[in-house]
Amino acid sequence: MRHDVFIAGYGGQGVLLAGNLLSYAAIHEGRNVSFFPAYGVEKRGGAAMCTVIIADGDTGSPVVGHPSVAIMLNQLSFDKYAAKVKPGGFCIVNSSLVEADTAALPGVTLVRVPMNQIAIELGDARMVNMVACGAYAAVSGALALPSLQEALQKALPARNHSFIPANVKAMEAGAEQVRSAQGQ
Amino acid sequence: MIGKQFVKGNEAVAMAAIKAGVRCYFGYPITPQSDIPEYLSRELPRNGGTFIQAESEIGAINMVLGASAAGLRAMTSSSGPGISLKQEGISYMAGSELPGVIVDIMRQGPGLGGIDASQADYYQATRGGGHGGYRIIVLAPGSVQEMYDLTMLAFDLSDLYRIPAMVLADSVLGQMKESITPNRRPVCALPPKDWAVRGWAEGSPQNVVKSLKLGDGEMEKFHWEMHARYQLLADRESRWEEYRTDDARLIVTAFGSTARISRTAVETARAAGMKVGLLRPITLVPFPKKIYADLSRRCKLFLDIELSTGQMIDDVRLSVERDTEVAFYGRPPGAGSLPTPEEIFEQIGKVYP
Repeated sequence: MRHDVFIAGYGGQGVLLAGNLLSYAAIHEGRNVSFFPAYGVEKRGGAAMCTVIIADGDTGSPVVGHPSVAIMLNQLSFDKYAAKVKPGGFCIVNSSLVEADTAALPGVTLVRVPMNQIAIELGDARMVNMVACGAYAAVSGALALPSLQEALQKALPARNHSFIPANVKAMEAGAEQVRSAQGQ
Repeated sequence: MIGKQFVKGNEAVAMAAIKAGVRCYFGYPITPQSDIPEYLSRELPRNGGTFIQAESEIGAINMVLGASAAGLRAMTSSSGPGISLKQEGISYMAGSELPGVIVDIMRQGPGLGGIDASQADYYQATRGGGHGGYRIIVLAPGSVQEMYDLTMLAFDLSDLYRIPAMVLADSVLGQMKESITPNRRPVCALPPKDWAVRGWAEGSPQNVVKSLKLGDGEMEKFHWEMHARYQLLADRESRWEEYRTDDARLIVTAFGSTARISRTAVETARAAGMKVGLLRPITLVPFPKKIYADLSRRCKLFLDIELSTGQMIDDVRLSVERDTEVAFYGRPPGAGSLPTPEEIFEQIGKVYP
């Protein structure tokens, strides 16, 4: 089974770390991964995006024209990239910052997750990307949450390992938000 | 058994350089290759080597020249603007028959350009780059694993032929992460570096390494010798990868990251019942001319794909049989101009014979 996900936001939202986490989680599950980042020259505030491809066999092109899942962390990314999502795919939006119109994406399931709000409620707005990873796991079924939690050990430098429990909570909250929305 | 590691293409280059026994790295930071000096500044001294951040790119390449003249394995890395600055030193190395590895992680140009992927330095890399009429070995990896494997190969080929070798990749390959197997250095019988600089005091004849050749006929002899060596290189070291070319009516050809994207487009075309294959040159110098000639007798059309307005296509046209058609699809480098597999598949559909 092949999964691809495109993540976009602005520099500082943790787009690349989110992509790294998904990659390490997939490797933990014994899959092949290609992680392809692209970002502006600015340290913060510029555009940041990445594509992660998870496959049992060859991962193929690191560039995907029409991803099956997209995670849009800010309005600019949504306006620019949401229309690229493959029909039948999912567009997960950070509804704290993105105004998204379902009618603009025919054939695509829009999943609204108030990522900033959830992260702030859990104590730190910087965990937006963790909420996004949890939501992705629940939407795609591509990765198990425990693999993502395992991935934190590898994706984060040792000095930040004390933050892992809080990050795990943020992932669980992201996944829970998706599950409760699907249950409605 | 060596475990797999999930690393950036740039890190794979640096890891391979250490495994290949590089003794000296000299460089100057520039995006999108700075992971290479970052990694080596930390790891090379731990492995008994020397890392120096030079005062400039020109300083760095001349340090490579000096270390190589002393018989040590040495390298540098940079991107477009920095590689342009290094051309004088590379020409002097070529004139002095000095080995050395130069890694070019291409970005947009001309001028300062930008940091997104480009293949527009193909001409600069494959035509020597500097003055005086020489070639350097140019290897074009297509995956993070090949970033590792071809960096090792670059050191061996460079030592074997006494020609500088370049690993030519772009910011896609430099920045992307994949799992690689950090293989051991392959066994390669290399001649002793008995040409390295040496003074009278050591009891044997003095060795001088220089590119100045003023003697009557001296320079002409050098050029004919190098000409023969380039031919030997072409005969022995041409490398390429074929994918489903056996019954192909259309053969897509591309190098590096563009070949990687094209391969997925070829798979899509095959799934749609079209007889399409892929030919990916791994060595750009020597260009694998013979396989192009052989395949051009079997297929109807080549489709050359590049992240530029077309440079490698010249070598493709010179290599195929005279009446073979070569179509082209390219995107000039820049933010947002990286072609997608869907886009290349569409181009395949347009020209499919």
